Amino acid sequence: MSAATAIGYNFAYLDEQSKRMIRRAILKGVAIPGYQVPFGGREMPLPHGWGTGGMQVTASVIGEADKLKVIDQGADDTTNAVSIRRFFAHTAGVETTELTAEATLIQTRHRIPERPLQADQILIYQVPIPEPLRFIEPRESETRKMHALSEYGAMQVKLYEDVARFGHIATSYDYPVMVNNRYMMDPSPIPKFDNPKMSMMPALQLFGAGFEKRIYAVPPFTQVESLDFDDHPFEVQSWEDACSICGSDHSFLDEVIIDDNGSKMFVCSDTDYCRERVTEGFVGEAPAQLETEQ
Amino acid sequence: MYVAVKGGEKAIDNAHALMRTQRRGDTAIAELSVDQIRQQLPLAVDRIMNEGSVYDPELAALALKQASGDAVEAIFLLRAYRTTLPRFGYSEPLDTEQMQIERRISGTFKDLPGGQILGSTYDYTHRLLDFSLLASGEAEVAPAEANALSEALAAGNSCPRVLELLNKEGLIEQSRETGDGDQIPRDLTREPVNYPAERAVRLQNLMRGDEGFLLSLSYASMRGYGDSHPFSGEMRTGRVSVELVPEELGFPIEIGEVLLTESEMVNQFHGSKDLPPQFTRGYGIAFGRAERKAMSVALVERALRAEELGEEVLYPTQDQEFVLSHTDCVSANGFVSHLKLPHYVDFQSELEMIRRLRKEQGQATQSKTTNEEANA
Repeated sequence: MSAATAIGYNFAYLDEQSKRMIRRAILKGVAIPGYQVPFGGREMPLPHGWGTGGMQVTASVIGEADKLKVIDQGADDTTNAVSIRRFFAHTAGVETTELTAEATLIQTRHRIPERPLQADQILIYQVPIPEPLRFIEPRESETRKMHALSEYGAMQVKLYEDVARFGHIATSYDYPVMVNNRYMMDPSPIPKFDNPKMSMMPALQLFGAGFEKRIYAVPPFTQVESLDFDDHPFEVQSWEDACSICGSDHSFLDEVIIDDNGSKMFVCSDTDYCRERVTEGFVGEAPAQLETEQ
Repeated sequence: MYVAVKGGEKAIDNAHALMRTQRRGDTAIAELSVDQIRQQLPLAVDRIMNEGSVYDPELAALALKQASGDAVEAIFLLRAYRTTLPRFGYSEPLDTEQMQIERRISGTFKDLPGGQILGSTYDYTHRLLDFSLLASGEAEVAPAEANALSEALAAGNSCPRVLELLNKEGLIEQSRETGDGDQIPRDLTREPVNYPAERAVRLQNLMRGDEGFLLSLSYASMRGYGDSHPFSGEMRTGRVSVELVPEELGFPIEIGEVLLTESEMVNQFHGSKDLPPQFTRGYGIAFGRAERKAMSVALVERALRAEELGEEVLYPTQDQEFVLSHTDCVSANGFVSHLKLPHYVDFQSELEMIRRLRKEQGQATQSKTTNEEANA
């Protein structure tokens, strides 16, 4: 263990017993893709909803040789990502990185990196509410039965009601998926733009919901399908604009308000992807107002 | 050119430094010591111990100081420390009949074996601000002989609980459940809760629960949203010794004592086809002097037994999943405050969606108007 780690705490904060218990839950999750495995979630020094589930999973699988990347909204420099990255740098003394390509573990909130992940990487999602049926049926005792019986009609009805009212499915993030044709799964609140990346991904995907005490997993090369209808197929968001920094017209873009009149520009939400494109020589067009100001 | 907001690390460091300055306040005023908090704000310290699930007044006082007096933040600090502590073993069940009672109130019997002991209380004070405390003089305290009397009384004053007197006559239900869950309670900080949860788990959850939330639930259930308007059979406060059986010894040894407040509520029960009419119990216990907490736990605990007693579950207070999932102030605060975290990506998705819906609706209206004009 490096000298920089926290005094009085075990490697990566959690005690080895707890880590072993969490790894057992992970193995069960991998064996039953998409199934929510109850586990003895520990209280963590971060609040509920701030990534305690993801942190417990990360703490249980991280080793001294790992390189950790933490993103929030796709970005490495958002405050909570910084805070979690520091936590592991402090308690495990591991090397951290902002480069998607060289990370072995990536803990994420709300995004999947744009750069395709590889077989030797693990993507760890922070999950606030693991139950895709929660807003249809608030009772855990009921939803567990619905999963056991694959009784997912209620979700199809909800999506159909969208089609009836709006002409198409009006869920833009937290979009439910079917894993390996068996379990309905909540992909955590990633935009539906990222849903297709989950399917047949070479990397292992682990999901941790701390307060709800659930872990689930999508093993490498597992089929993940977003729910839809034959006549209303699943589709992802697209933008009419491109990233002002790197010119990308195919990545998820964040909208940034740049003046009091509400003028806006778009930038990649994945900061590492954007940076990489800029190094490769791609350049975006700055928005009109900014150019005239210059 | 737009530059992505960088410098999160520095911002965090600065924010924390600023927080420490704010916490210290005016440096011309003497700094508050942990001992002062422990001695002079004991009721706040008790709340931190209860919801923090650790009986350690010193650490609770430290947490309160570190959290600038924010109870929920202090509870969180204590919890985050507690979670790293190893488990040495489990104590023997506490025997609250052997409590050295400093205060004991029954709302059901005017006099009873062991007597009513008013002890120290804010009840019956007239809630008039005492401006003499504002002037920096010593507050008036009880004469030494009154203290001595109260201590002597407590030392020799163990007595049976009121509900046991009713139990002898068979007028009240037996409180023990059978089965493993009752004998070896689960530790809900180590295992996830499964619904329906057994009584021991429910009680654990309520003891750690937010005092305000439980108080409001109790209030609602007393006002008719829960059909629970019980009698306070007994409420007692005092010290109870804690015993542990070390494996190598095989017999119990006393490892210390804890100050506890225990509440037992008596509710009517009209009987069912298997059971004659009898009274039922609601039970609550809390660390320190925490009457509001213990009574609220007892009220909610009883309301949550609706299902097992065959009563109709009509209100949130009777609903296990509703109550137990939302009692924890650390979780509740965490989840509500996580809205402060960035949600740029999800919001962007919603923006895109709502713009599209509006555009489609606009086009539909426009083409309708055009058609109508053409037809006119």
